[in-house]
Parts: sequence; C-alpha cells; structure tokens
Amino acid sequence: MIGKLLSYDPPKSRVLGVVLAIIVLGLALAPFLFPGAAAINTAAKICIFIVLVASYDILIGYTGIVSFAQTMFFGIGGYGVGLSLYFLGPTWPVLALGIVIALILGVALAFVIGLVSLRVKAIFFAMITLAVASAFLILATQLSELTGGEDGRTFRVPELLRPGTKLLEAPLFGLEITGRIAAYYLVFLAALALFLVALRLVNSCFGRVLQAIRENESRAEALGYRVVYYRTLASCLSAALAVCAGVLSAIWLRYTGPETTLSFAIMLDVLLMVVIGGMGTLYGAVIGASLFILAQNYLQKLMGVASAATEGFPLLPRLLHPDRWLLLLGVLFVLSVYFFPTGIVGRLTQRARK
Amino acid sequence: MSVPVLETRDLTIRFGGHVAVNAVSTGFRAGELTAIVGPNGAGKTTYFNLISGQLPATSGQIFLDGEEITALPPSARAQKGIGRAFQITSLFPNLTVHENVRLAVQARSRHAASLTRLWSSHREWIERAERALEEVNLHNQRDTLAAALPHGDKRKLEVAIMMALEPRVFMFDEPTAGMSVDEVPVILDLIAKLKARGDKTILLVEHKMDVVRSLADRIIVLLNGTLSADGDPAEVTASAAVQEAYLGVAPKRGAAHG
Ligand SMILES: Nc1ncnc2c1ncn2[C@@H]1O[C@H](COP(=O)(O)OP(=O)(O)OP(=O)(O)O)[C@@H](O)[C@H]1O
Ligand SMILES: [Mg+2]
Repeated sequence: MIGKLLSYDPPKSRVLGVVLAIIVLGLALAPFLFPGAAAINTAAKICIFIVLVASYDILIGYTGIVSFAQTMFFGIGGYGVGLSLYFLGPTWPVLALGIVIALILGVALAFVIGLVSLRVKAIFFAMITLAVASAFLILATQLSELTGGEDGRTFRVPELLRPGTKLLEAPLFGLEITGRIAAYYLVFLAALALFLVALRLVNSCFGRVLQAIRENESRAEALGYRVVYYRTLASCLSAALAVCAGVLSAIWLRYTGPETTLSFAIMLDVLLMVVIGGMGTLYGAVIGASLFILAQNYLQKLMGVASAATEGFPLLPRLLHPDRWLLLLGVLFVLSVYFFPTGIVGRLTQRARK
Repeated sequence: MSVPVLETRDLTIRFGGHVAVNAVSTGFRAGELTAIVGPNGAGKTTYFNLISGQLPATSGQIFLDGEEITALPPSARAQKGIGRAFQITSLFPNLTVHENVRLAVQARSRHAASLTRLWSSHREWIERAERALEEVNLHNQRDTLAAALPHGDKRKLEVAIMMALEPRVFMFDEPTAGMSVDEVPVILDLIAKLKARGDKTILLVEHKMDVVRSLADRIIVLLNGTLSADGDPAEVTASAAVQEAYLGVAPKRGAAHG
C-alpha cells in the first residue's frame, strides 16, 4: 500500500526515511504542535515550496533541462487565482476558474517556449526562459490596473478559508479551529497529493524516458524516442505543477504580487533548495525546501541565542550576531555543496548503498 | 533475387576535405548477414552512422523497403526498424541494467509516451527486458547501474539493448571488441541464433577474420571510404583487396587467410 503510494520508489536509506517521516508528521500536525501565526506560516511555506522545488527538479534533475522560468509559472498560478478572486468575487467556482485559466496559460506558455527553443542548445533554452521570465515580471508590474503593479493584489478567499470563520464551537486540543486551519490543511493535503503525483510521474515509463534523455540523449534518439517531444512534454508538466504551487501560495497568503511569486530571488532560492536536497530525486525537494525555509526563518533567532551563549569569548559573539545571518546562511550553503555535491539525499543514499 | 530491405545509393559524407564514405552503393537482404571489413579509419562506423542517422549524408540516398529515409531523424529510422549497437558503448550510465534494456522494449510500444498509463505496471515489458538480459547472460546484474559494470558486461548490455528493440535491420559495430576470450562466444552465439531466424537483415563490422568467415554470408570491403570488394566470404578473403585492407591491422601479412 505504502509502496504503491510512493510509486515503488521509497527512500533508499533509513536515515532519510526517518527524516522524511519526521518532516511529514511535523507538517501534518504543525498547527497543533507549533501554535502561533509565524510557525503555521512557515509550515505552509514549506508545503508550497516542496511542490515548487519538485516541479523544478523534474526539469533540471530528471530531464536535464536548465530553466529560469519556474517562478514565472509559480506567478501565473498566483496571479490567475488571485486576480480571479479579486475581480469576480471570493467563491469556489471563481477559484476553480482561476486554476483552470492559470493552468491553460502556464502550460501553453511552456509549450511554446519548449517548441521554439528545446531543439537547440541547452544554454539557448536557459537564456530564452530567462528572457521570457524577465518580460513576464515587467509585464506584471506594468499592467498595474489589472495586477496592482508593484503592490500586487490583496483579495478575499472563499468563506470557509477565512481567518474569521469558526469551524468548531469548542477548541480542539486547545486549538481554535478557524478557516485559517482549514486553509492550512487544504494546502498541506494538496501539496501531499501533488508530490505523490510527481513521484508517480518520474517513476513511470514516461519518467524513465526523461532520465534516459538526461543520461544519453543520442542513445535515446537512436532507440526511437523523439527527444524534443519528451522535453517539451516534461516542461509542460513541470509548468503545470509550478502553477499548482502558485495557486496554493495565493490561497494561503490571500495576496499575490511580484515580490512573493515572480522575483528572481525566489528562483535563486528554488535553485539552492534543489541543489541542497539533491538533484534527480524528489525526496531532495522535501529535504531542501524544509531545511532552507527553516534556516531562513529561524537562523536569526538561533544566532541570537548562540551569540548570547558565547558572551565572553573573543570575536565569536560578534560573528554570531543575528545581523550576520545572511553571511552564515551563505557559508552554510557553500559548505553543504562542498561536502554533499550530490545533495543531502544523494549523500544519504550513497551511504546506504555501500 | 529478392529486393534489398536496406539500400544505399551513392552514399557519401565529407568532413571538410576528407571523404569518409565515398559513393557507396549496395543493398542488404533479409536473412542475410553481411560483414563489413576494412582497416581502421576506413569509414565503417561512419557508414553505419549515415544509415542510422547519427550523421547527415553529404549526398546520396538511403532506402528502407524502397522508401527513402535519407532525411529522417534517427528516432524515425529506429521506429521504422533500424537497430544499432555502437562501437563506443553508449548506455544510460545512471540507470540500472534492467532499465537500460526496458527502455528499448518500451520504445517499440505505441504506449511508450502515454501519460494515461502512469499507473500501470507494464509487466510484459519487464519480462521482455528480462529475457533480453538472459540472452546475453546479464540477468544476474539486473539491478546494477550500467556505469558500474565491467567493460565486457557493458559491451553485452550494448548488444542486449539492440536485441530488445527487435529491429528488422541489426547493425553490430565490433560487438566483441575488448571482451575477454570467454565472453566472446555468448555474443557470437547470439548473432548466429539471430541469423538462424532467417528473416533479419544483419550488418556486422568485425576485425576478427575467423569470426567473419564463420558467420558471414557475404563480405564487403571498405577502403578509404570506398567499397572495394563485395562477394561471398571465401572469394573475398582470398582477394587482394582484403589482404591490402588488413595490412595495417593484422600482425603478419596473410593473417587474413588464417
Ligand atoms: N564526426 C566526424 N568528424 C570528422 N571526421 C570524422 C568524423 N567521424 C569520422 N571521421 C573520420 O572519418 C574516417 C572514418 O572513421 P570511422 O570511424 O568511420 O572508421 P572505422 O572504419 O569505423 O574505423 P575503426 O575500425 O577504427 O572503427 C576517419 O578518418 C575519421 O577520422
Ligand atoms: Mg569503427
């Protein structure tokens, strides 16, 4: 049963299995385990980024395509749902309409980019995605009547998901069950389902062809696989998954704007999460996204504690001062890439093989 | 005589000033095993590359069952039944041995790319891949990564991939090169069995003349890209062309006669 759910591709090392189980359990029970708005925000962000990073790994890790447009599709999901809800009212049918529009737009765009540029050199494809994504970002900020420009749009979600909605009379395990909790579980369950679908995809016969293309393009071609067709399809599927992540993000934040969905800073974060977790393994997306977002949110606090604890030592408290958190984050990245060139998951499975 | 399954007409490729394959016109029939011999650099691999589409012809034409395929990409030629085992082993290094072969099995199916079958297990593909591995004695390394195989096993896998593709035209490019003596018979038996089926078109590039003589129905000789002899094995091995062709390869003059 579990085997089938995981597409017969279970984590290949015990440590990895345990860590993944802790992450999934932690996310499943987050509202109860870690009360407070900040903690549940972090948990929701992890869920959303797991899907986004997984979608990116299908491209870069499984198919060997380098793209810089993943946040554009993320943004299309966010804006599609956000603007629909903003202009047409906060109802479920409008939400569904927004999702459909965003999916069609995202997949169509991925298809066109793929068709135009996937038959040529990989570097050319990367450049095209960079150009299209920049153009899209500019477009989204310029069309301010529609998109709200730099400020983005704040909108309302269907009533069930609003913070003001009370779903249960009495608190459950000491937690007030509001629409916010419902929204969290919507995000969590959707992310879980999307992740499992992605896992099925990469472990299907179709996914195996993608890996074959990554491994040896000309051999795949000599077996009769039309490489351009598979690459284009992979980038459409990856785009669809990123659109879904964007939809979840919009539902959770009740806001969409260029900073939170389209910016290249996020693209860079996604890239780092893939590398840290490990390319070519979807479990890497779970590890990478969780670790990165936790570090982003809690490193500063941790450093405050460490800085206070090392009071009296020379230099250390000043190095560990919370203001230097970005520096420390950078150092941690360099170290992790240096010591785990195949990512954390890659490293763990290698050890398990020996 | 029956019509050739595969035919090349004036097939030529030029690399800058160097003509690697020069106006080669010949045909290959079903049930016939043709050995292609010639010294290093004669253009044998390049001739294969032209047929299976890895290189575009400068001029000339290629026909499969009378239909011109000169302009088709390699994938289309593979789908029409041209199979290739490469001289320089070309595998999917980070996939398992079984996955390497299953990809070939799957490539023949109409449903190879189907997304509606994400949830089916494709039992029969898995079994066909297993049979292909048994044929070359690799079934015990089923779950090893291709990259981790020793050289001889990589060569076997290279052949197994083409066998699993079940093409109509089989192109073997020095299949036993670099194999240890005790591994060679597996491959030769396999080629002999394939020939015994009687309906396949087999092209074999091979330097070992004893192998060529025991398997081939016909030998063609390439010299500097030009077809310089064509005929039955006894005739061709005795001819001056082959002796000339093997001057550079055989350790002693007359080695071609054995
Ligand atoms: N892609 C290429 N670009 C330029 N020259 C090439 C290319 N491929 C082959 N050649 C040249 O064409 C000639 C024929 O090479 P080819 O590999 O076909 O020889 P071969 O008969 O297979 O030799 P061997 O017995 O060593 O395998 C050689 O001189 C080689 O350098
Ligand atoms: Mg050669």
